[in-house]
Amino acid sequence: MIPPTYYLVVSIILFVLGIIGFFIKKDLITQFLSVEVMLNAANLAFITFAHSAGSLDGQIIVFFVITVAAAEAAIGLAIILLVYRKHKSIKTEDIHLMKG
Amino acid sequence: MELFLFILLSILCIGAVLGMIIVNNQAYSALFLVLAFSCTAGLFALLDAPFIAVVQIIIYAGAILVLFIFVIMMVDIKEGLTPEKKKWTMALACILAVVLLIELLVALKSALSPMATSVSGQAGNASEIGHLLFTKYLYPFEITSVLIIAAMVGAIVLVKKKDSE
Amino acid sequence: MAELFWLIPFFPALSSLLLILFGRKLPRKYIAFQACLAVFFSLALSILSFLSLLGSGHEGHGLIKNLFAWIHSGSFKVDLSLQFDQLTAVMCLVVSGVGFLIHVYSSGYMAEDKSFARFFAYMNLFTFSMLLLVMASNLVLMFVGWEGVGLCSYLLIGFWFEKPSAADAGKKAFIVNRIGDAGFMLGIFFILLHIGSAEFAAVNHAVEAGGFAQGLATLIALLLFVGAIGKSAQIPLYVWLPDAMEGPTPVSALIHAATMVTAGVYMVARMNLLYSLSPVAMQVVAIVGALTAVYAASMALTQNDIKRVLAYSTISQLGYMFIGLGVGAYSAAVFHLYTHAFFKSLLFLGAGSVMHALSGELDLRKMGGLRKYLPLTFPTFLIATIAIAGVPFFSGFFSKDAILTSAFANGQYLIWALGLMGAVLTAFYMFRVVFLTFYGKERLEPEAKAHLHESPKTMTIPLVILAFFSIVAGYVGLPIVLGKNVNLFDRFLEPVIHAPHGAHLSLSSEWMLILASVAVALFGIFIAYVFYLKKPDIPHNLVARFPWLYKLLYNKYYMDEIYNATFVNSTIKGSELVYKHFDLKVIDGALNGSAKTMNTIGKLLSSLQTGLIKDYALVFLLGALILLGYFVF
Repeated sequence: MIPPTYYLVVSIILFVLGIIGFFIKKDLITQFLSVEVMLNAANLAFITFAHSAGSLDGQIIVFFVITVAAAEAAIGLAIILLVYRKHKSIKTEDIHLMKG
Repeated sequence: MELFLFILLSILCIGAVLGMIIVNNQAYSALFLVLAFSCTAGLFALLDAPFIAVVQIIIYAGAILVLFIFVIMMVDIKEGLTPEKKKWTMALACILAVVLLIELLVALKSALSPMATSVSGQAGNASEIGHLLFTKYLYPFEITSVLIIAAMVGAIVLVKKKDSE
Repeated sequence: MAELFWLIPFFPALSSLLLILFGRKLPRKYIAFQACLAVFFSLALSILSFLSLLGSGHEGHGLIKNLFAWIHSGSFKVDLSLQFDQLTAVMCLVVSGVGFLIHVYSSGYMAEDKSFARFFAYMNLFTFSMLLLVMASNLVLMFVGWEGVGLCSYLLIGFWFEKPSAADAGKKAFIVNRIGDAGFMLGIFFILLHIGSAEFAAVNHAVEAGGFAQGLATLIALLLFVGAIGKSAQIPLYVWLPDAMEGPTPVSALIHAATMVTAGVYMVARMNLLYSLSPVAMQVVAIVGALTAVYAASMALTQNDIKRVLAYSTISQLGYMFIGLGVGAYSAAVFHLYTHAFFKSLLFLGAGSVMHALSGELDLRKMGGLRKYLPLTFPTFLIATIAIAGVPFFSGFFSKDAILTSAFANGQYLIWALGLMGAVLTAFYMFRVVFLTFYGKERLEPEAKAHLHESPKTMTIPLVILAFFSIVAGYVGLPIVLGKNVNLFDRFLEPVIHAPHGAHLSLSSEWMLILASVAVALFGIFIAYVFYLKKPDIPHNLVARFPWLYKLLYNKYYMDEIYNATFVNSTIKGSELVYKHFDLKVIDGALNGSAKTMNTIGKLLSSLQTGLIKDYALVFLLGALILLGYFVF
């Protein structure tokens, strides 16, 4: 029997790695991948809590997160494609249309 | 045995994510992530959530990342992205991330100590989850379908080339 | 029917509203018909209410109709309530009666004007405001009417606003009236502060209960009188009235002779109990009235503009009314107000008719001998002149004599003497106008003569009706020498005019006073006859002998110039100074400065908006850290 704390520690490490990845990577696609890592870290935490609380609600939430992530990926990737078509680049530094 | 599996999967998972960060090729990154998500699925299975584990592999590792790889192929970035101009943002972000790590661990330590013992027993089998989805979570579930349709239509409309262009 | 008296002001209001909204699209005949009909309804209802008031007997205290609570804040309460008592009845009859005739007259006089609907909309609005003024049962509502007539006066004086002089005259009237209104408002505030209510009944009650110390009563009375000075064109705020003659002649007749300018007199008469508390205020009123009566009459002597003569004559007659108020003869003052309304509006309308006949000619020097061309205008104008001059058996005689007698009876001999002097001057300048206009040789411009014609029926019929009233209106207020109870007017007003009667004179001295009045009137007429018909060179000789006096009078004592040099110019200079140094530098500086500061801050802050996702995410992360840290530690 592994204590839930172990899983949570793994979850935290994954989450922080996702953040670091988001800031280190230079292109939209890998940044997006990092965000997915963070989502997974959260999912792991949810499952852990569900397990230790002995309820299925946590799993249901993870199920929803996965569906939303799928939708988000579809839209997000479509946007990335559009950006690429317009700027011929997916480097985040090149995209600063919102500069004040 | 369980502990061994846990340690193996965790190390593989964290390692895969680190690999994703370190390699410069986007396609490799995506493949590393397939590995990482598969390991997470294994962890889910260890936590008595076989249905979610399977869903994780099919949707995440399968569908979503395949989508990513397709996009990566379409975008076709040449090797050698120029280095960032603003190095300090990156450095600061890493420091903040470490701070967040510490904070989260402290939070974990103070908040979860009584929950150290696990009340396992309820297996998250597919039929129970299905039952819950169609009773307690019926509305969110149905709304999700709308969300997915919207996302699908949206993605198609966004990417479709207009006739005038 | 009489319970509906509160509807009196609302007929013209409704008509005015309709004309303002739809006037452009309505045919002229209908506009005139509607405007006249609205005032006629008011008149009819006034007469009905008046008759029921008469029927209710001597003790009738009038009716009050509380329409709704207008302002209700804590203990401060102002109602929109109208009243109809004896004084209001007189005023309503005068306003709606004379107003109706003038509306009819205007439909002929203004027939050619392009802004026909606008004219009648304003006229109706004015009638509404004036009726509201006289029917209000409290000072605040009265002030609404007071300002309403001021506004209409401005609109109507500047009716031909394409003419700069008319626009200026309108502005002048408005601004000069504002000065008076400031005093009036202060007076109202003091009353509200002191007794917490502006209802006339409450004020009278407080006065009777001894609620006003004498000093306070004097202060309030004088402040209210400042308002009356402005509205009724007394020294020193009379300057707007002569200029107001820039408006169409029916306006001059309605507003600047018969109704609006009498608002001050009405107000003082309405507050008579308060004034009676303060001998000082009464004395001030009497002195201002007497000085104005003589002063304005002296300026009327040399004017060559027929309407200006009448304007000064109005100021002078208003002075008489204030003499009456000042010596405590309130009902005599109201009596003079009432007779004056008839003959003065008749004079103005007659002058308008003359102008109409001469294609707009106003200069007395270019008239003369019009008697035979204007067979209806001439006799009616003559009747009005005789009435104003104070010849016995005409209305003006009774009222003017009542005032002068009261002044004498109260021991105000100086004021009485000034009044007599004013009477000589009045008789003189009025007959000067008559002689110069209708007698003597013709001095017409050739083209004016070609168009010479009597006015249409819509104009002459009101003249005839007014002439009738100019003769008979006085017989309701016969002097005491003819019997104890012949002064019906005084007895009718008794429930409202609570003031104690002044000292009574013996019958013989009453007769003496009457004879004196008659003598000065006839003397004035005689001089005018000699000067302008018998020996027309006398005036020229006099002018040659006393050029400075003539110049002084002709230029109206240079009062406009003095006001311009002192108040107007200093205000303009001061405003310019403030504009240059305060507006441009301080206010604009502060404004531009704040805008610049904002701009700078904005530029500084906008550099935070790098447009880079990572920077935003960094801030986001920082926020999450702080939030989490707050919960953890």
